[in-house]
Amino acid sequence: MKELRYDAVVIGGGAAGMAAALELDGAGLSCAIVEREENLGGILVQCIHNGFGLIEFNEELSGPEFAERFEDRVRGTGIKPYVGTTVMDIDVSGGDKLLYCYSAEYGILRMSCRAIVLAMGCRERNRGNIRIPGSRPAGVYTAGLAQRLVNIEGYIPGKDIVIVGSGDIGLIMARRMSWVGCKVHAVVEILPYPSGLTRNIVQCLHDFSIPLYLSHLTTNIVGKDRVEGVEITPLENGALMTEKAFTIACDTVLLSVGLVPENELSKQVGVEMNPMTNGPSVDSRLMTNVSGVFACGNVLHVHDLVDYVVEEARRAGAFAALWLKGERAKLEVRVKAGSNVRYVAPGRVDAEADNKIYLRTLIVKNDATLEVRVNNRVIKSVKKTHIQPSEMITVSLGAKDLAAAAGSPDPVVEIAIS
Amino acid sequence: MSQELVCITCPMGCRLTVGKLDDGGLSVSGNRCPRGVAYAEAELLDPRRTVTATCGVSSADAPRLPVRTTAAFPRERVPELLAAIYAVRIRLPVRRGTVILADALGTGIDVIATRSLG
Ligand SMILES: Cc1cc2nc3c(=O)[nH]c(=O)nc-3n(C[C@H](O)[C@H](O)[C@H](O)COP(=O)(O)OP(=O)(O)OC[C@H]3O[C@@H](n4cnc5c(N)ncnc54)[C@H](O)[C@@H]3O)c2cc1C
Ligand code: SF4
Repeated sequence: MKELRYDAVVIGGGAAGMAAALELDGAGLSCAIVEREENLGGILVQCIHNGFGLIEFNEELSGPEFAERFEDRVRGTGIKPYVGTTVMDIDVSGGDKLLYCYSAEYGILRMSCRAIVLAMGCRERNRGNIRIPGSRPAGVYTAGLAQRLVNIEGYIPGKDIVIVGSGDIGLIMARRMSWVGCKVHAVVEILPYPSGLTRNIVQCLHDFSIPLYLSHLTTNIVGKDRVEGVEITPLENGALMTEKAFTIACDTVLLSVGLVPENELSKQVGVEMNPMTNGPSVDSRLMTNVSGVFACGNVLHVHDLVDYVVEEARRAGAFAALWLKGERAKLEVRVKAGSNVRYVAPGRVDAEADNKIYLRTLIVKNDATLEVRVNNRVIKSVKKTHIQPSEMITVSLGAKDLAAAAGSPDPVVEIAIS
Repeated sequence: MSQELVCITCPMGCRLTVGKLDDGGLSVSGNRCPRGVAYAEAELLDPRRTVTATCGVSSADAPRLPVRTTAAFPRERVPELLAAIYAVRIRLPVRRGTVILADALGTGIDVIATRSLG
């Protein structure tokens, strides 16, 4: 077994992992990235569509271009990337943290370090998670798997497609499948509004005249060996209108029904989870309850823009570097999701520092108002022209905003939307 | 009469209200930046889309090569462009940014590789 030592080890070499590692390296600390796949970049490598990097590079890039620009930066530093290497186990019981990794090239590696940054991304929900009844024929794929097959391996999974769920990956795949010569017959969404970005509804569905069935449930997948169709039932006021059910013939079903942060490893080391995000609960410095273990990117909460992933990951990397140098958070104040807010991340702010909070709303609304309150007193109010659950909202809170909290004995910050 | 459009130039997805002015020009509101105005004008007069796709490579075990247009491409001609991209087989190695199709279909727009392979 090969033994290695670094100040910090980053698990996952996607956008989040690379951005966090660059901060650690920039702070003069030794750092390794461990990545399961054969190359850095993570999910970006299969996202060949454009729409990445508008904030980061002020340009619209495709996923692979965005990833490669970060790879180029990583290559110009002292960061050691271990690709094709999977972290199997972590031991935090001793003074140093130990990571047990496996790779075809290096065999078993044991890395010891003082800080760990979790950047494992997320995985897709599948048919089992949403319980669509019916037989188990071939031809049912998650949209992300189909994306990988089509965009990287050049394998087209079917000809007549129905997409279940209107998340961005499903919408992007509706256009991709149309562009590779398939017929996309429908996108079926259980909610009364689409869960993907509006721009994707326009350029991935409208452009191809693909019908979007909102408030419709996929009630059956039919077919013996291969998918032959899906049965779709409208929902009215929450009730299934079984007499109005209809079937669309197809040979392939793509599921785009959400993403879940990939936290098997985190749970194994005793990291506490936030049930609203399915990611770790973290403090204002993105550190989990396990001292010296930080989290960022999709493993912390699912992001829709890589630019925000990178922004958050830089903060995590910088906080890990400060922690390694002995600095600790000063005045931690709890942040609570108020009315119409599904979650806030992180769940704490430092009342004496600049904070960035990400949140998701529960509602679709034009001309909404976001209010930040400390002990029920409004300290900040922001107008939003349009909000919806699929578009993440960010709020900056500085020491000035939080002065009221700093002076109070048991302060709570609450963020609400109306 | 005014028309509702969603600007798709960037992920903000601003909701635009487009009206006709007396002088024949367009009035645009709802945009967070000037590109929204340009989008509304283009979408009504000459709709364009950035096209991303993949093309084949000469080596059998290498992945497909992702490519994109360097600018938004006339929407009507996208099927023709895709056929031209799918007909290409690139010899490896290839660098990100390499021109795969120059002046595609005579539009002045190039198709470039978006990943380095080989
Ligand atoms: C289909 C799709 C479309 C998108 N479209 C857009 C868009 O148009 N614009 C935009 O800005 N953003 C978009 N995004 C969002 C954005 O790209 C992602 O949120 C971002 O890239 C996620 O980065 P990450 O580093 O957190 O996760 P990932 O990229 O998933 O990276 C995590 C990495 O960790 C590795 N890993 C996991 N477990 C282990 C382990 N135990 N050991 C070693 N390695 C491990 C994985 O192999 C993976 O490479 C899209 C996302 C998807 C999925
Ligand atoms: S108007 Fe500007 S900010 Fe709004 S979607 Fe268009 S390009 Fe983006």
